[in-house]
Amino acid sequence: MTDTQKSESSSGSIWTNERARGIVSQVLLVGGVIAVVWFLVSNTNTNLEKVGLELGFGFLADQAFFEINQNLIEYSSTSTFGRALLVGLLNTLLVSVLGIITATIVGFVMGVLRLSSNWMVSRMAGVYVEGIRNVPLLLQIIFWWTILSGLPRVANSLSIGNAIYLNNRGVRFPAPVMEPGMGFVIVTAIIGLMVAMIISGWATRRRVATGQGFPIIWINLLLIFMFPVLLFLMLGRPLSFDMPVPGRFNFSGGINITPELVALWWALTLYTGSFIAETVRAGILAVSRGQTEAAYALGLPPGLTMRKVVIPQALRVIVPPLTSQYLNLTKNSSLAIVVGYQDLVSVGNTVLNQSGHSIEIVAIWLVVYLSLSLATSAFMNWYNSRIALVEQ
Amino acid sequence: MTEGFHRTQTEMIPNRAAPASSVGIVGWVRTNLLSSWVNVGLTLLGFYLIWLVVPPLLMWAFFDATYIGTDRFACAGASGACWVFLDQRIGQFLYGFYPSDQTWRVNIALFLLIPALAPLLFDSLPFAKYGRWFSLAYPFIATFLLIGGFGLEEIPTNKFGGFMLNITVGLSGIFLSLPVGILLALGRRSQLPFVRIFCIGFIEVFRGVPLITMMFTAAMLLPLFLPPQFSMDLVVRVIIVVTAFASAYMAEVIRGGLAGIDRGQYEAAQALGLGYWKSMLLIILPQALKYSIPGIVNTFIALFKDTTLVIVIGLFDILNIGRSMVANPDWMGLGIETYAIIAVSFFTVCFSISRYSLGLERRLDTSR
Repeated sequence: MTDTQKSESSSGSIWTNERARGIVSQVLLVGGVIAVVWFLVSNTNTNLEKVGLELGFGFLADQAFFEINQNLIEYSSTSTFGRALLVGLLNTLLVSVLGIITATIVGFVMGVLRLSSNWMVSRMAGVYVEGIRNVPLLLQIIFWWTILSGLPRVANSLSIGNAIYLNNRGVRFPAPVMEPGMGFVIVTAIIGLMVAMIISGWATRRRVATGQGFPIIWINLLLIFMFPVLLFLMLGRPLSFDMPVPGRFNFSGGINITPELVALWWALTLYTGSFIAETVRAGILAVSRGQTEAAYALGLPPGLTMRKVVIPQALRVIVPPLTSQYLNLTKNSSLAIVVGYQDLVSVGNTVLNQSGHSIEIVAIWLVVYLSLSLATSAFMNWYNSRIALVEQ
Repeated sequence: MTEGFHRTQTEMIPNRAAPASSVGIVGWVRTNLLSSWVNVGLTLLGFYLIWLVVPPLLMWAFFDATYIGTDRFACAGASGACWVFLDQRIGQFLYGFYPSDQTWRVNIALFLLIPALAPLLFDSLPFAKYGRWFSLAYPFIATFLLIGGFGLEEIPTNKFGGFMLNITVGLSGIFLSLPVGILLALGRRSQLPFVRIFCIGFIEVFRGVPLITMMFTAAMLLPLFLPPQFSMDLVVRVIIVVTAFASAYMAEVIRGGLAGIDRGQYEAAQALGLGYWKSMLLIILPQALKYSIPGIVNTFIALFKDTTLVIVIGLFDILNIGRSMVANPDWMGLGIETYAIIAVSFFTVCFSISRYSLGLERRLDTSR
């Protein structure tokens, strides 16, 4: 009893009052952070003064005297540092989007194969997953790049049907060229796609309400593919291909993908694919067996059970870790620098070496990657909330 | 009633044995390989792929390979792999530029890792209680062995290299990030708004950016941030940023462990009259950390693989040593062999650790 009284009476003291203690510790933390930041800033100022550099983003308007071998927007060595960084950012986005698409496909296929009832198939998928994800990605990128740079020279390119050529400068394939009229075909396809989406929405609502099915697949195929293809033929095939033609030193025509991009893309696909495969496997296993059995008891065939019962529930488990895999892939694309693919980090490093503005460049990196992370998370959160279970 | 009229069976008929085609090897093959025509096809395809890949790979890697020589010209006639460099360069691959008469120190440090980790990873060991004290002392012993001083020859950290550099950076990163990660995880769950905001900010920033940008920070920004007379070796700076990076991931792992602790445990600690720190240290954290071990091990695997990134700031880890060896005219063209060896080294370490972590996860998972 006396103890209680004691603690109550002393609760006014700063050490035993929880509220006061909380305020004190927070003040200490904020003070500490401010002190550390002030210490770092003052050091940085002295150090920068010593080498005669000033902080600021003005240097982005200066001319960049270097070339970038892969650019999605116009760029030359007379462009500015800012434009060079923009080219780098677009290259990061390019390889990330390509990688996310292919890694998702590889990951889903491998994840499902790992659960195959066929021992041979599931084991082979397991060898792929374990073999790839226990080896550093950087090593894999360098490995594939070594293999690609060991391909024959331009003069002895390997060719696939005289249309696609493989050599140590990358992969060259025909470039599609649009002729007048192709625009109509594309517009028709887009309209077809929109109408198809409306129809399938209506068909789903009708099936839920009345139980009557509707041959959506055939109607939609007709809308999305048949009409545009017919129009394409009627307009006299307004699409031609700019074929690669072997020249003395290099090819003319066609599009070239650099070996750096191929190596990076391929390595990112395999590596992230192996992680996605594990995610998918875990997601499918998380769906209780009772769900499958109930679907069979209702008479659903295995394919439909997978599509309508298991996958929709598995997706809820899969989407959050899938998001972080996508983010990892985007962040890992920065390893491009070791093979010389000019992504944001690689270009930033060149700019940094030329201008000496290291703090600003690192700040740009942080801001860009954080925004990409936030944007991807926001999109996936939106998607996740769309497919989330609506509790009754 | 005569005896002959008994028409009913009075005894249970024993179970008939399962058909020979559904038990044993035959049964296993039928259910796992040949359950349907599609599966028969897939199995055949699998065997075909194995036949296509495995024998040529074995021929290349072992039977047609060259093992002895002084440079790549020793392999000129052979069609298989050229492992000559292993014999010549194994020291560099393992120890980098560590003085070759001192490498026993690295070996001892690595060997002592076994008794240091054993009491943490396996519960049912004798003397586990005393072993944990050794585990706590191990980082200091290892640092002393690797760097020297107090009688041992001092070796600057810029001599570190090879696989030993990967292991050193990975282990120090994970070890140092443990306390920081715990504090961040507790801070993230704190009631105090400023503490929480600070911890969330720290965690999200470090998790949101690639490690490579942190490597550049270590190489180029840290010297700018610190007073000029305060210079640090690059390896030390790398360990600092790797620790900061890993602690953000560690914090999330431990947060998961904390979230798994039953509310009753907190309430019981409060009922016993324990304050915040006492209840955390004595009741909550020991349980939460135990449940976090698989996550911590997985973080270590990821971090260990990421230690190869030191290559971008010019440190010579095993990958960079291999890469520069391949660029050397004596060893040019041996890229595939070199990278295969490095890949096998990483695979062996990471795969065995991940198997352990998987087993532990199953053991800790009491929900099924």
